[in-house]
Amino acid sequence: MAEPLLPSFGAGLDPGPSFVDYLRRVAPHNVPGTGSGGSGPPVSPPVEITQATTVLAIRYADGVVMAGDRRATAGMTIASRRIEKVFPADDHSGVAIAGAAGPSVDMVRLFQVQLEHYEKIEGEQLSLEGKANQLSQLVKGNLPAALQGFVVVPLFAGYDERRGHGRVFSFDVTGGRYEETDFQAHGSGGVHARNWIKASWRDGLTGPEATELALRSLFAAADEDAATGGPDLIRRIFPTVATISADGYRALTDDEVEQQADDLLGGREEGAGL
Amino acid sequence: MTMPFYVSPEQVMKDRADYARKGIARGRSLVALEAADGIAIVAENPSRTLFKISEIYDRIAFAGVGKYNEFEMLKIAGVRHADLKGYSYSREDVNARSLANAYAQTLGQVFTHEMKPYEVEILVAQVGDAPEHDELFHILYDGTVMDEEGFTVLGGQADTVAESLTSRFESSLDHGGAVRLGASVLSGADRPPLAAAQLEVAVLDRAPTGRAFRRVKGADLETILSADG
Repeated sequence: MAEPLLPSFGAGLDPGPSFVDYLRRVAPHNVPGTGSGGSGPPVSPPVEITQATTVLAIRYADGVVMAGDRRATAGMTIASRRIEKVFPADDHSGVAIAGAAGPSVDMVRLFQVQLEHYEKIEGEQLSLEGKANQLSQLVKGNLPAALQGFVVVPLFAGYDERRGHGRVFSFDVTGGRYEETDFQAHGSGGVHARNWIKASWRDGLTGPEATELALRSLFAAADEDAATGGPDLIRRIFPTVATISADGYRALTDDEVEQQADDLLGGREEGAGL
Repeated sequence: MTMPFYVSPEQVMKDRADYARKGIARGRSLVALEAADGIAIVAENPSRTLFKISEIYDRIAFAGVGKYNEFEMLKIAGVRHADLKGYSYSREDVNARSLANAYAQTLGQVFTHEMKPYEVEILVAQVGDAPEHDELFHILYDGTVMDEEGFTVLGGQADTVAESLTSRFESSLDHGGAVRLGASVLSGADRPPLAAAQLEVAVLDRAPTGRAFRRVKGADLETILSADG
């Protein structure tokens, strides 16, 4: 008899509401991390991997702002000038990626399906903390690949509808999950961005203040770090910015970001205040 | 050694079909109607938590009548099928027709090979960019698939409900009108109209992108039911 089109599972084998477990059962070759890594000793990748660089998340009065620059590098080469590093995870949370671009984007795609899948099967959404733990498991699953050089370290942030405020989570390569009190920045320019945020962050920032701080920190990071893309005034390329509040995930349009960036820079490459 | 009695295949199939039909007839009915701004699905269901109507994918909804545990299992299998397809290929490649085929094969196989057939009738609905691109697949307990136009009725009293719907259905209805018509035909002529608390309602919005499925409940449903039209 041919394999049934809709497989069913015996007791103890049913993947339940987890899409990742379902994928492991029916299409293991499609699970990210299984093809690239191995159990061998840690080695450097034989080729330059495309790396996504600086991303950040900042808590403000109504929720969280997430932002990322647009540059991807492969060794000394600029691999992309327009890569997107900030994605919606679902309607009230977002994920931003730093690390090996290919596996990161794969992980985000799987994470998005995982959250929606759970919601459709269970009839309600996971809690924000539950979502963060799910992402932690995906990062942990990537550990063998990370030891071969394909590191993925995402930032996860969202509006916690049960608690009524924004929350930020960061991860390390082992899947370790750390809740940040106010903000976090990751990637090659993360240190510079984080210092810049630390100097200006205060409780109760408004939305526009928080997006301005995000842009300013990314521009400051680009000033110091070669792998972070600054505002490209010739091609009109600016960072990706999204706000997540009780009203949901909203990606700022290119025009909105461009307007804010222009105000910030006073229309000059040198930048006021940088 | 005792010999089993010979039973003709016709008789076996007839017995199974009767068994499934009896189980389905005990349940309440459900209607799906194509409207100008989407598809409305209305079911008589006093439970707030055990749903008959569910989201499968961006533009696809599922509904079942009959035995709850059986159609719930089919719903989960459908969500898995759709999510796997969307993840392996692209979100655009998930469609109701392929899902309806998978359901038909599964139900057909269970009907002929298992001890007992599923006592369910299911609906796979997909909203298109215009009413003429809407799809309603009505699938029976034995795997029979019907591609319906305009509206479809599932469940025990399907014939009488469909009869009153045939004379009253118009393709120009909006969501609200479709929900009111659905609720009215489910109530029938000899019962008081069903209240919001006895109904489960969901719509597939004819929205350009994203997830079209939306439950209509509570105060929103009461407003729609009490509106004129």
